[in-house]
Amino acid sequence: MDDRDVLALRRDFPILSREVNGHPLTYLDSAASSQRPRQVVAAMQEYYERHHANVHRGAHTLATEATDAFERARERVARFVCAPESRSLVFTRNTTEAINLVAASWGRANLGPGDEVVLSVAEHHANLVPWHFLKRERGIVIKPVPLTAEQRLDMAALRSAIGPRTRLVTTFHMSNVLGAVNPVAEIARLAHAAGALLLVDGAQGAPHLEVDVRALDCDFYAFSGHKMLGPTGIGALWARAEVLEAMPPFLGGGEMIRRVTLEDSTYADIPARFEAGTPSVAEAVGLAAAVDYLAAVGMAEVARHDRELVGLALELLSDVPGLTLFGPRGDDRGGIVTFDVAGLHAHDVATILDLEGIAVRAGHHCAQPLGAALGVSASARASFYLYTTRAEVERFAMALKRLVERFGTQDRA
Amino acid sequence: MGFLDDIYQDLILEHYRSPRRHGTLEGRGVVAQEGVNPSCGDELTLYLRRGADGLDVRFVGEGCAISQASASLMASAIAGMDSVHAAALSAGFQRLIRGEEPGVDLGDLQALAGIAKLPARVKCAVLPWKTLDEALTRLGDDQL
Repeated sequence: MDDRDVLALRRDFPILSREVNGHPLTYLDSAASSQRPRQVVAAMQEYYERHHANVHRGAHTLATEATDAFERARERVARFVCAPESRSLVFTRNTTEAINLVAASWGRANLGPGDEVVLSVAEHHANLVPWHFLKRERGIVIKPVPLTAEQRLDMAALRSAIGPRTRLVTTFHMSNVLGAVNPVAEIARLAHAAGALLLVDGAQGAPHLEVDVRALDCDFYAFSGHKMLGPTGIGALWARAEVLEAMPPFLGGGEMIRRVTLEDSTYADIPARFEAGTPSVAEAVGLAAAVDYLAAVGMAEVARHDRELVGLALELLSDVPGLTLFGPRGDDRGGIVTFDVAGLHAHDVATILDLEGIAVRAGHHCAQPLGAALGVSASARASFYLYTTRAEVERFAMALKRLVERFGTQDRA
Repeated sequence: MGFLDDIYQDLILEHYRSPRRHGTLEGRGVVAQEGVNPSCGDELTLYLRRGADGLDVRFVGEGCAISQASASLMASAIAGMDSVHAAALSAGFQRLIRGEEPGVDLGDLQALAGIAKLPARVKCAVLPWKTLDEALTRLGDDQL
């Protein structure tokens, strides 16, 4: 896509034409949450204005229409990640809930004292804290894998970390800080050779990369709607059907049961077993509209556009004294540029850019152990998406260079 | 750039880069109070002791220019004051940052007035002062 294609597509995103602090908004925070097109909002509005009722078991027309809309949404989202069957796609609130589901259900049923979970030092807190719970509760061992000097996952270290007690390998598809894209299929081979399963945190992968869960050969793939043009409050866990079928429930309540007496209950088949309570139906409909939108552009094109923009940003910002850029250089890199300005804290950097209408994120990016490994407690991050123009990347780079010149110091980290 | 110049004026950057009263205090009568903004990671530890010449104060911390400059300006302002005046200054400063009339003479602290227009950064400017409020309460208890 060149800027003309992107400008045409931006008409679907009204928020992108607003002003912030007297400047046109330059939204470079899509890795935290993307914006959404009119088509997503319209699909949700149409659902609420024409079809809404509670799903499943209803004998009336609206209940049937709502159930159809919900289940069609499941099929479309499952197809988006190339799932062989939609029944192994569970709707959750977000990636965080999906990973917590795996830890609470599969983890409690399968992990005991001394069992190992192998993960990278660059995981998001959402893929660390649920395993800390099991460490405390079950005595599992968490084995962290470091990064290489180029800030990629160290595959040699991963190979030696996986051992006979390893039951699960879990890592990101694309890092929310470094932009690094992991070789998931190769990691799957190593995990499976040791008899372990592979969970992929797809919070950045699903929005930005082509995802084919069969080709990735993972056992779990977790992702969020709001980072991929969809609404907040909806995400999904895809799991290999035979793995999901063997898992005990996560939350208990309506929808997830087969039969209930006062004394006990039996559980529904997948995916309902993992969807207790009234689900986020309108949000599922919105997410389906979002994946239709992404599929129409083409995920290969989205990924190529991201790579092109990150290449431009790195070209414009390399060799700026006092500016440190994180993340690997190469094709295994998504549209994320995390950086540190010597002599100025990331929050000040974000405030100064915001005064020019440029929205970037600052802080630990929910990856404090990675910050510790890189030796920075806070950093700033610009992230791109299919609606980001080359002109915006240039504007950001110019503003950042001016900021570094004016406020940066080279002798103070 | 006017507003930017106002927020990141030389006085603030200078206190950020060369903080006054930076360090620790040890010994009898010292109160060490930690303050943290968990959402952004700003943190500081304030050391306070009541001496013959009023309050003795030091701090160590890590965080953005606004939180660290606010701590440095605060430490300079309250050194030698008594607890009652320090508490009144803290209340006045927090009024300033809420966009209200401070009601006390704030001197150099007035440099942080622009933060009132940056809602996302108010917590940075106020962190050292909330920490001071807690330290003063403990200091009072210790004397009883």
